[in-house]
Amino acid sequence: MHSAQSITDVALHWPTLDELVRTLTLRAGYNAAVVVVGTTMLGLAAGVVGTFALLRRRALMGDALAHAALPGVAIAFLIAVTLGMAGKSLAVLLPGAAITGVLGVLAVQFIVRNTRLTEDTAIGAVLSVFFGAGVVLLSVVQASPAGDQAGLATFIYGQTAAMTVADATLMGAVALVAALAAALLFKEFALVCFDDAFARVQGRPVNVIDLLMMSLVVLVTVAGLHAVGLILVVALLIIPAAAARFWTESLWRMTVFAGAIGAASGYLGSVTSALMPRMPAGAVIVLASGVIFIISMFLAPSRGVLASAARSARLRLKIARDHMLLAALRLGDDSHGARVTINDLARARGWRVNSARAIAWTLARTGHGELHDGSLTLTATGFDAARRVARTRALWEEYLTRCADVAPSHVDYSADLIEHVLPPDLVRDLEAALDSAHTAEEVAA
Amino acid sequence: MTPTTIPHHARAHDPGPLSARPEHSAESPLSIHALTVAYQRKPVVWDVDYDAPRNALIAIVGPNGAGKSTVIKACLGLVPAATGRVEFWGSPYRKVRARIGYVPQRESVDWDFPVSARDVVAMGRYGRIGWCRPVGASHKRVALECLDRVGLADYANRQISQLSGGQQQRVFLARALAQEADLYFMDEPFAGVDAATERAIVDVLRELRAAGRTVIVVHHDLQTVPEYFDHVLMLNMRVVAHGPVAEVFTRDNLVKTYGGRLTLLAEAAEALARAADTSAT
Repeated sequence: MHSAQSITDVALHWPTLDELVRTLTLRAGYNAAVVVVGTTMLGLAAGVVGTFALLRRRALMGDALAHAALPGVAIAFLIAVTLGMAGKSLAVLLPGAAITGVLGVLAVQFIVRNTRLTEDTAIGAVLSVFFGAGVVLLSVVQASPAGDQAGLATFIYGQTAAMTVADATLMGAVALVAALAAALLFKEFALVCFDDAFARVQGRPVNVIDLLMMSLVVLVTVAGLHAVGLILVVALLIIPAAAARFWTESLWRMTVFAGAIGAASGYLGSVTSALMPRMPAGAVIVLASGVIFIISMFLAPSRGVLASAARSARLRLKIARDHMLLAALRLGDDSHGARVTINDLARARGWRVNSARAIAWTLARTGHGELHDGSLTLTATGFDAARRVARTRALWEEYLTRCADVAPSHVDYSADLIEHVLPPDLVRDLEAALDSAHTAEEVAA
Repeated sequence: MTPTTIPHHARAHDPGPLSARPEHSAESPLSIHALTVAYQRKPVVWDVDYDAPRNALIAIVGPNGAGKSTVIKACLGLVPAATGRVEFWGSPYRKVRARIGYVPQRESVDWDFPVSARDVVAMGRYGRIGWCRPVGASHKRVALECLDRVGLADYANRQISQLSGGQQQRVFLARALAQEADLYFMDEPFAGVDAATERAIVDVLRELRAAGRTVIVVHHDLQTVPEYFDHVLMLNMRVVAHGPVAEVFTRDNLVKTYGGRLTLLAEAAEALARAADTSAT
């Protein structure tokens, strides 16, 4: 393959179209195919498990776990070598990683329960201390007779290209376990993530469910350690789930999307890295998920940044239009067909003349008004709309004076804003309440 | 009223030595016996004794930090009790939890969670659905009916963050209804809700009473106590008084509970006068 490159050859090797197609379709050789399948499975598992970790606000726990795994790797190696076993086999190293990783998580939980430190502080402290211990132990490993530290240091940054068939099978098994657990325990996971107190009241063993979710995180993290490296493996838990959240309001869809995004990241990342061997696969996989995250963040309908910006722009425009309708109604002395100059409208609301002209133009476009040399005339539609706005507003002012004591927390906004924020059905409720209040008053009088 | 005419249960509370206290009745849906709860070395609920009457709407009132929510959480096993015993119909909690419903404070969960209103209400049925089983059609139907009872049938498929605060509170209430319990605990259900929600909650409370249920509500609005509730438990770390609202919700006891904060007292007096007026006419 590309092993002939010399150290001084720093240029990236750009793949040909043929290489690209063959890698994408898993025909670029056995090793490359194994890596692509393995990382895809890992991404799938991490996306599914990450969904629940994210919603349970335990995502950073994966980071503590991954860093705390390093001393375990070194200790397992030292023990295995002392016993005369092959120290570098994953079957030896991964259990070691899991043991100290879980110890790290327990240390975080101990600190949170028994001190007044917050979880982020505890995670930061535990993560760095365990990682420090791991680095020290790696130097011990290197100094030992059997020590070939280079083998263990791959756990820090990951070494995807070295993935064996056994590793890929392990990833497949982890993905299967994660998907099965999520499917079977979906209801329990959802309940505990949303409202653990309510789960407890119903007699659900919240601690057991938490333990199951945490075990899945351990499984994915440890399985991903060698492929992506302990520094970046947490990204696979967090990023696909966070990206999936942008696209849906349903938990099971979010789980499926997160699995798909994780799998796509693993696939794209490992393919890219197979084509350009100078790029470390773990980092490229994380970058791929980052690209998907950024796309999701900006372009997702409804929750995306652009959609939110458009929504608030529409709301601002609606508020401005309502204000202009009201101003036109008042300046026209509440009579239909009155002409009001844009300058007067701008003065009445404190708009710049150009803004007022633009708003008036949108009113004309929607048939609410007609523009004739610098003045606005409300059409029948516009006149009705203006009366409606005035009515809603009167309703609110009355609500605020009469019922403010009932719901004091609803008086946070100015009356101007509330009337645009309330949904129409609540306005109807309000009208009914106020109308009955009026009737009661009349009866009493 | 002179002190001699006040029945025992309505008297300002002095539990006396443990041995002298009356035996708790197995009939009572909730018996709290010598309950003390402490957070971080500081006791927040002190030696509380209480027997809840059956089939009543009971308000727990008291100033901020008086331990109102803590008493409820300790009853439900959500916070550990330092000492004391809580029984429901004479049995420990774990034996009767299917008969007990709970409405937590609205702020206790993340309302941006990706579930619909109906999904949340269906969680009230999870105690009846085994592990690894999906929510069946009959449970989904019950969830819809419960949403309908709080006036939110049209919002079943709405994601919960798209509901107003009052509607979210009603979703929590519907979830408790879906539990089909005999005894309900509600933690500040009226806090910060709109008028429509307040009315919906009161209607549900009365429905529950008519169906023979008991509801214990942590309540902050003294003005509405006489109108909404039959019984009141006045709490300020210890029990100040408990009993029927008409007998116990007095100026004297309010001073003992709130330490004489005059605006609150004036409001409560006004509410009492109003309640007296309505019962006279």
